[in-house]
Amino acid sequence: MNNLMKAFESRRVEREKTTLRNSKSNYRKNLNIDVPKGLYEKCPKCSETVNMKEMYDDAFICKHCGDHFKMRAIDRINITVDQGSFIEKGLGYITLNPLFNDGYDEKIKKYQEKTNLDEAYIYGYGRINGNPCVIGVMDSYFLMGSMGSVVGEKVTRSFEYAIYKKLPIIIFTASGGARMQEGIFSLMQMAKTSAGVLQHSDQGLLYISVLTHPTTGGVTASFASLGDITLAEPGALIGFAGPRVIEQTINQKLPEGFQRSEFLLAKGFVDKIVKRSDLKETLAKLLKFHRGY
Amino acid sequence: MNILEKERKVLELEKKIDELDNEVLINSLKEEMEKYKQNTMTNLNAWDRVLLARHQKRPTSSDFINYIFDDFIEFHGDRLYGDDASIIGGIGTINSQVVTVIAQQKGKNLDENLERNFAMPHPEGYRKSLRLMKQAEKFNRPIITFIDTPGAYPGLGAEERGQGEAIARNLLEMSGLTVPIIAVIIGEGGSGGALALGVANKVCMLENAIYSILSPEGYATILWKDATLASKAAEVMKLTSYDLEEYGIIDKIIKEPIGGAHFNNVATFKNTKKVILEELYELNKLTNIELRDTRIKKYRDIGFFQRFNYDNLGGLKR
Ligand SMILES: [Zn+2]
Repeated sequence: MNNLMKAFESRRVEREKTTLRNSKSNYRKNLNIDVPKGLYEKCPKCSETVNMKEMYDDAFICKHCGDHFKMRAIDRINITVDQGSFIEKGLGYITLNPLFNDGYDEKIKKYQEKTNLDEAYIYGYGRINGNPCVIGVMDSYFLMGSMGSVVGEKVTRSFEYAIYKKLPIIIFTASGGARMQEGIFSLMQMAKTSAGVLQHSDQGLLYISVLTHPTTGGVTASFASLGDITLAEPGALIGFAGPRVIEQTINQKLPEGFQRSEFLLAKGFVDKIVKRSDLKETLAKLLKFHRGY
Repeated sequence: MNILEKERKVLELEKKIDELDNEVLINSLKEEMEKYKQNTMTNLNAWDRVLLARHQKRPTSSDFINYIFDDFIEFHGDRLYGDDASIIGGIGTINSQVVTVIAQQKGKNLDENLERNFAMPHPEGYRKSLRLMKQAEKFNRPIITFIDTPGAYPGLGAEERGQGEAIARNLLEMSGLTVPIIAVIIGEGGSGGALALGVANKVCMLENAIYSILSPEGYATILWKDATLASKAAEVMKLTSYDLEEYGIIDKIIKEPIGGAHFNNVATFKNTKKVILEELYELNKLTNIELRDTRIKKYRDIGFFQRFNYDNLGGLKR
């Protein structure tokens, strides 16, 4: 086993420990390796001080204002699947630097060390209140959850794995869009992942897309928008163009609440907004209603 | 000296030639001009091609359509919201085969561009395209798309009406269509807004067209925080037809006259028509299912990464 493989495996073991970990004290030790940084943080919405240890117990919801904080993919899996049921798939993908972008390799390495992830998306098999499914989660702490070749490949693979297992798939999106550093290859992942959705759908299988903060750009314009059922967390930024780009284009400030979940619901692009604390129950119910699909 | 400065020099020479009436002088000047073009305009860098792809005089989609197809009939509207003038669609014949044509349309001057929204489509443009593509599938006729857009429009209405969903839906539906799809990138292939008409069995590209994840200016701004580095960005982004052919992102390069398509529109149209006919001839041989499956596989295989076999790691079963 060479060093590269060793690094992959040790990250996987770390993830598995985090996933299966019952004791929160161990988890807390890990908290200071990435955002959220301190024990006490200001809520970005209400500016009240929140204890990050308590946040974990509350599924990263601010107890003052109910704002949903960003979550790491591994925490998302933790609070969503039945304890001990998650088996990670799609391992061993190595991100390359097709455009020889300065600093890209180092960036990837840095994020891998910080997050214990190989890339901005993980998926695997899991059960939600006993209902089996494939679950995929993007991690916005890994280079803004952007989609390059590896993320595109793994997303597509997760649909293929669901086809192979004849299972429904749930994907939590959180992404700044296509990954600029990989240029045209990133763009093509939009077509590739969308075709993955199509093939899964053609088998009559269920795909639930859960849009979380933030979901924009090439991810919104591909698999994120193609679920049979589309859920969203409250207050999530969801759109194609970024708010700043739009403001520059139309030369005016955007209205309050523009491109937020509630806005998308009103415009007809989301089936239901579900609070994080209710998400597991809702997903379990939906899976149960679609048993066999 | 970039390509536009060289072009100015050629135009000056042409003007000089027009003013002369001495045949010997004219011929020698003409020779000089051809030599100059041959020497300076045949080996272009990426930024030159960006400038040509955006050139004011570059032929637009409707010019191509008028030359290539007989009896083109334009169809309007998405049946949901409105009609997007930045995308034109309809049916016509090529070599007496009926085909559906969908194209992003730039204007030739400011007024036209305001009407066409600088070929930056709204969701209704993509939904009109999808409607016409589904129609093509129903009547089993090939689809030819012409791509020429800076990108999908980033505006209030576009977001309200689901720009992301509209593009995503096109990507999914185009993947599954059972008729031949040929995409021709004639100028700017800007990001998801271009790809939404670009999921094709064969992607052809004019020699000086560009195709990229965002504009070189945007790339320079995001990655280097400096929009003035756009020409450098163009070089590293691999957005030219030659780069993309090497990477297997596009299938065929359509040659342009020296100096760019606008130096000889008709020659450009002829080359384009020839390539479309060749590709169509090959695709017509495939069955409906083959057309769909090969298209899906083509995009399935695009990606730049490596993978090692995790099964070899300590007997892990994954
Ligand atoms: Zn708060």
